Amino acid sequence: MPWFIKAKTERDSRTKLADEMWIKCQQCNAHVFKQDFINNLSVCPKCNWHGKITAYERIGMTLDVGTFKEINENIRPDDPLSFVDGKGPYREKVEQARQKTGLNESVVTGLGKINGTFIVVAVMDFRFLGGSLGSGTGEKILLGANYSYDHKLPYIVFSASGGARMHEGILSLMQMAKTCAGIARLNERKIPYISVLTDPTTGGVSASFAMVGDVNIAEPGALIGFAGRRVIEQTIKQKLPDSFQTAEFVLEHGFLDMIVNRGDLKKTLSYVLSFYNR
Amino acid sequence: MERELDFERPIADMEKAVQKLKNLTGDQKSDLSDQLDELQKKLIERKKEIYDNLTPWQTVQVARHPQRPVVHDYIDLVFSDFIELHGDRCFGDDRALIGGFALIGSEKVMLIGHAKGHSVEDNVNRNFGMARPEGYRKALRLMHLAEKYNLPVVTFIDTMGAYPGLDAEERGQAEAIARNLTEMARLEVPIIAVVTGEGGSGGALGIGVGDAILMLSHSIYSVISPEGCASILWRDASYNAHAAEALKLTSKSLLELGVIDEIIAEPPGGAHADPQRTADEVKTVILKYIKKISSRSPSKLVSKRFEKFAAMGKFTS
Ligand SMILES: [Zn+2]
Repeated sequence: MPWFIKAKTERDSRTKLADEMWIKCQQCNAHVFKQDFINNLSVCPKCNWHGKITAYERIGMTLDVGTFKEINENIRPDDPLSFVDGKGPYREKVEQARQKTGLNESVVTGLGKINGTFIVVAVMDFRFLGGSLGSGTGEKILLGANYSYDHKLPYIVFSASGGARMHEGILSLMQMAKTCAGIARLNERKIPYISVLTDPTTGGVSASFAMVGDVNIAEPGALIGFAGRRVIEQTIKQKLPDSFQTAEFVLEHGFLDMIVNRGDLKKTLSYVLSFYNR
Repeated sequence: MERELDFERPIADMEKAVQKLKNLTGDQKSDLSDQLDELQKKLIERKKEIYDNLTPWQTVQVARHPQRPVVHDYIDLVFSDFIELHGDRCFGDDRALIGGFALIGSEKVMLIGHAKGHSVEDNVNRNFGMARPEGYRKALRLMHLAEKYNLPVVTFIDTMGAYPGLDAEERGQAEAIARNLTEMARLEVPIIAVVTGEGGSGGALGIGVGDAILMLSHSIYSVISPEGCASILWRDASYNAHAAEALKLTSKSLLELGVIDEIIAEPPGGAHADPQRTADEVKTVILKYIKKISSRSPSKLVSKRFEKFAAMGKFTS
């Protein structure tokens, strides 16, 4: 191997190793030792930036060890519109997402306990097609609500989604009504429903089940809003401040009950549920 | 016709020819009356042919036609004795989304609808039918009033979408729509939703959770505008027509996908060619569904509505 190729290869593998060992915080740009970051629940120890985590990581840090039992894990996307866009068929994107994440849909649902209290939980995973709300996602969130309804168990939904899934067209839009219909039945039977909005919760997900919790909780700095920043800027022809559509902005305008650090979420959820007096 | 679309040009040309013949006087006129009849017959056929074969993107243009009937036209042509009710009792009154008591035939209903206009001035005043949170909250207030007074709710959907503005975000656009979806799911009076023009995403659905969902034949209903979809998935807004095709946003597609209950036929040449005839058809179909759905008990009504929306979507398991 010529020396310059060898040197390049060594440099590449060194960079790769560095990438594996260090993480650059997206908020303060600090380089954080990856293991420290993970041990800190994927939160930057320097500035409290909350990085995105997978559905199973969330379940691991929220539910009591060994209590999670997944339900409806085989539900996965179909391709009702035979959708093909500029980058190829929807089917291929779904396959790639399944390979990449090991998930079948953008949400994981199941049963478990939080500090001993039985609950039903749905956790969205942003890695799967941006956490978008497809028919399978809506079905799983509704079935979770139905399980809560049938067994009178509290329902907790963690959102992480860019909104509706365009590739499923109008059927994606209808998932907003479908999931809300499930939540409406919980209200009728007076079953607790807690919504946890994580980064990001926007579009059709913010405009459906995520915003109608008995208690709406968000993680610090999470992007939460209805319309996209660029669309709004084009509409009103003015630049929006960085703080626009952050959890803090939404709290200030009255649509969240609280912002809670990831490390305190389990304790907070457990405490809120302890006030359910039925 | 004030503004014709590209594919309407042959129709406009024929209409001009018909008008020319009609303007003739005396002997000339009677000599050519056969020709006039023939031309008028052909005109109807041609209109029908063009409008039966619209591409999805052409349908989008018809759905947005500036002369297409808007909610105030339907208030005049379908309903009588409309009394508008204003305000959300919280922030203000949204002129982009209106509502009030109305009679359709002899049926008393609560009418709610997005309000586009025909002129630019009218549209600016109505924010082009793009509602803010106070619009959705007013709509919900009126639906609860309808429930209290035991009136069916009839909604007319015609919006590009909920208004994407700073103030709308500050006042909770997402929450307002989410609340409507949740509350409409359990409302104990019939809800009949009619998409008359553009059914634009969450802004449409925010008054669209119906026991019956109807669409005018050349209206559209979509999760995102073709332009928005093209710029995101094709990274090029000029792929509008591709996106319109891919999104399956026509009434025919929605019927096939099981989202809507019935298509309301528009006259040849589209709703804007004959608003009265369109309105008559709208009225007939709405009355049919009011009759059908009003026989359900409140608990049956709500459980059927839940089942309807629970069944929406297509997935593998
Ligand atoms: Zn940081």
